[in-house]
Amino acid sequence: MKNQQNIVKIFIFLSVLLIVFFVLNVSLGSVSIPLDDIIYILLGNTEIKESWQTIILNFRLPKALMAIMVGSGLAISGLLMQTLFRNPLAGPFVLGISSGASLGVALLILGTTIFGGSLLALSFSNWALPIAASLGSFLVLSAVIIAANKVRNTMSILIIGLMFGSLTAAVISVLSYFSEASKIQQFVFWSFGSLSNLSWQELQIFTILYLVGIFSCFSIIKPLNSFLLGENYAKSLGINIKKSRNLILLITSILTGVITAFCGPIAFIGLAIPHIARMLFSTSNHKILLPASAIIGAIVLLICDSIAQLPMSEFTLPINAVTSIFGAPIVIWLLIRKRKIFV
Amino acid sequence: MIDSSKHIVLETKNLAIGYPHKKSQIVVTSNINISLEKGKLISVLGKNGIGKSTFLRTISKVQKPLEGSVLINNKNLTNFQDNELATTMSLVLTERLPESQLTVFELIALGRQPYTNWIDKLSDNDIEKINTAIEQTEIEHLTQKRFYELSDGQLQRVLIARALAQDTPIIILDEPTAHLDLHNTIKIFTLLKELVTKTNKTIIMSSHQVNLTIQLADTIVLFKEKNVLADSPKELIKANAFDDLFSSSIINFDKNLEQFIINT
Repeated sequence: MKNQQNIVKIFIFLSVLLIVFFVLNVSLGSVSIPLDDIIYILLGNTEIKESWQTIILNFRLPKALMAIMVGSGLAISGLLMQTLFRNPLAGPFVLGISSGASLGVALLILGTTIFGGSLLALSFSNWALPIAASLGSFLVLSAVIIAANKVRNTMSILIIGLMFGSLTAAVISVLSYFSEASKIQQFVFWSFGSLSNLSWQELQIFTILYLVGIFSCFSIIKPLNSFLLGENYAKSLGINIKKSRNLILLITSILTGVITAFCGPIAFIGLAIPHIARMLFSTSNHKILLPASAIIGAIVLLICDSIAQLPMSEFTLPINAVTSIFGAPIVIWLLIRKRKIFV
Repeated sequence: MIDSSKHIVLETKNLAIGYPHKKSQIVVTSNINISLEKGKLISVLGKNGIGKSTFLRTISKVQKPLEGSVLINNKNLTNFQDNELATTMSLVLTERLPESQLTVFELIALGRQPYTNWIDKLSDNDIEKINTAIEQTEIEHLTQKRFYELSDGQLQRVLIARALAQDTPIIILDEPTAHLDLHNTIKIFTLLKELVTKTNKTIIMSSHQVNLTIQLADTIVLFKEKNVLADSPKELIKANAFDDLFSSSIINFDKNLEQFIINT
C-alpha cells in the first residue's frame, strides 16, 4: 500500500530530525564546545576537557532529555484530551492540572506572606516546588474527576475542568494581591516554565513516571479509535466507556502532572502538536497518531529550547514564551492552508 | 433440537420503556410482549414520539428497561458482558459521526474491534470479513475515500458495511433511510432484504416508510397508542391493524392497495 510506505517515510524523516535537533540542542549554550567533541562526550569518551564533560553531561544532556520527554508527554496528553472530548481546543491542561499545580506553587511561594514562616523553611528545599505542584494538581484533578463521575456527559467534564481553572486563578490573584513584589516575581518565574536545573536523581524519578504514562497508552489504542465514532458506537463495539474514560484521564494526569511539577506549565505543545501530527500524516488512527505526536512534540520542544537559549548570548528566554511565540503562528498558518480541522 | 426456522432471536416480556426523570419515571410505552424470529427483516413502525427509538435503544442496551425484560436467544440482556453483546448485535445509528479523517476502510475496520487483539491489529480473518462486508454493500469504489466526502446514501451503505463487518447475528438500524431520497431509500431497503436472505442475519430497523415496509419487511412491529403488535404485514392488514395507526382523518389505509393514501 502506497499510504503505508508514506507513513514509514515520514517516520524515518522525523527520527532523523529528532537526532539532528538533539545534537544541536546539546551543542548550543553560553560556552561553545566543538561539535565533534560533543559527540565524543555523548558516546562516552572521557579524554575530553573535564569542564566540558561536566557542562554536557550534567547540564545540557539532562535538559535535552527533558525536552524530549516533556515535548512527547504533553503532545500525547493533548491528543488524548482532544479525542476524549472530541474538541480540537482541548489540551492537557483542561483537566485543571496546570491550575492545580499553579495553586500549589502559589500557596508555597506567595502563601508564606500570609501564613507566616512555617512554609518558608520548606521552600528552600529543592523538592519543595515539585511537591507543592504535584499536591496542587492532584487535589484539583481529584475534584475534577469526582465531579466528572457524577455527570454522564463527557462535554460537562471539559466545562468542569475549565471552571476549576477559573477558581484557582481567582485564588492565585487574591494571594498575589497580598504578596510582596519579590515573591510574585518568584512565582512568575516558575510559571515561565523551565527544562533546566534538574539533577540526575530528579530526572530518574521523572523518567519512571513518564515511561509508566507512555506505556499505558498501548492499552487505550482501541478505545481511542472507537471514540472516533462517538460514544454510542464505541459502546456497541464492546468498549466500557466509563473505564476507558477514567484510564485516559489517569494517563493524562500522570504525564501532565509530573511534567508540570518539574517544569512548570508549558503552553502550546499539548494543544498544537496533535494537530500538526494529524495534518502531516492525514489520519485519525491513534496507532499512528500517538507515536507521531510524541516524536513531533519532542522535536518541537528541542527546537524551542534551542531558541530559548539565545545562541551566542548568556540570556535564556522563558521556554513558555518561546513555545507560544513560534508555535502559534505556525499552527495558524497550517490551518489556513489546510482549511479543515479535525479531532 | 429447536426448529431453526422458528428460532426466536429476540423476545420481550412485560417490557416498559422510557426514561428515569428525577425520582419518578416517564413511561413511553409499556406492556410490550413480542417475539421476533431469526433471519427476518423486521421493521418497527409507528408515529413520531411513540417510542420506536426508545425501543431500539432498550433492546440494544443503550438504556435500561423501566420494567420487564429483553431476552436475546433466551438470555436476559442485562446478563450480557460488553464484548459478548458486541459480538451479538451491531448498530447503525442516526447520530452524526464526529469529524475525523477516517477512511471508509478504517471506519468499516472499526467493526472488527470486538475480535482484534489489544493493539487492534487486523488478522487475515478480520480483513476477509471486512472485504466481504464491502462486497455485500457494493462500496468497493469508496474504500479509500474519507467518510466525510460521501453522500448520505453512500455513508449509510458504509455504516451498514461496518455493522456487517462486526459479524453479529443481529443488526439494529435506527431509521436508516431518514436523510435519503426515494431512490436511495429503496436501494437501502432492498440491500437489507438481500442481506437477510443471503446471510440469515436478523435485521431490526425503524422506519417511517410505511408503504415500502409493508411491501418488503417480513415482520412489522407496530407501535400503536394502546398496544404493540408484531406480525407479518399480511396478517396485520387482515386484522385491520393499520387503520388507526395515525388516528388522523387526513390519511387512510387502503386495504386493497395495501398502502396509506391521502383522503381527497
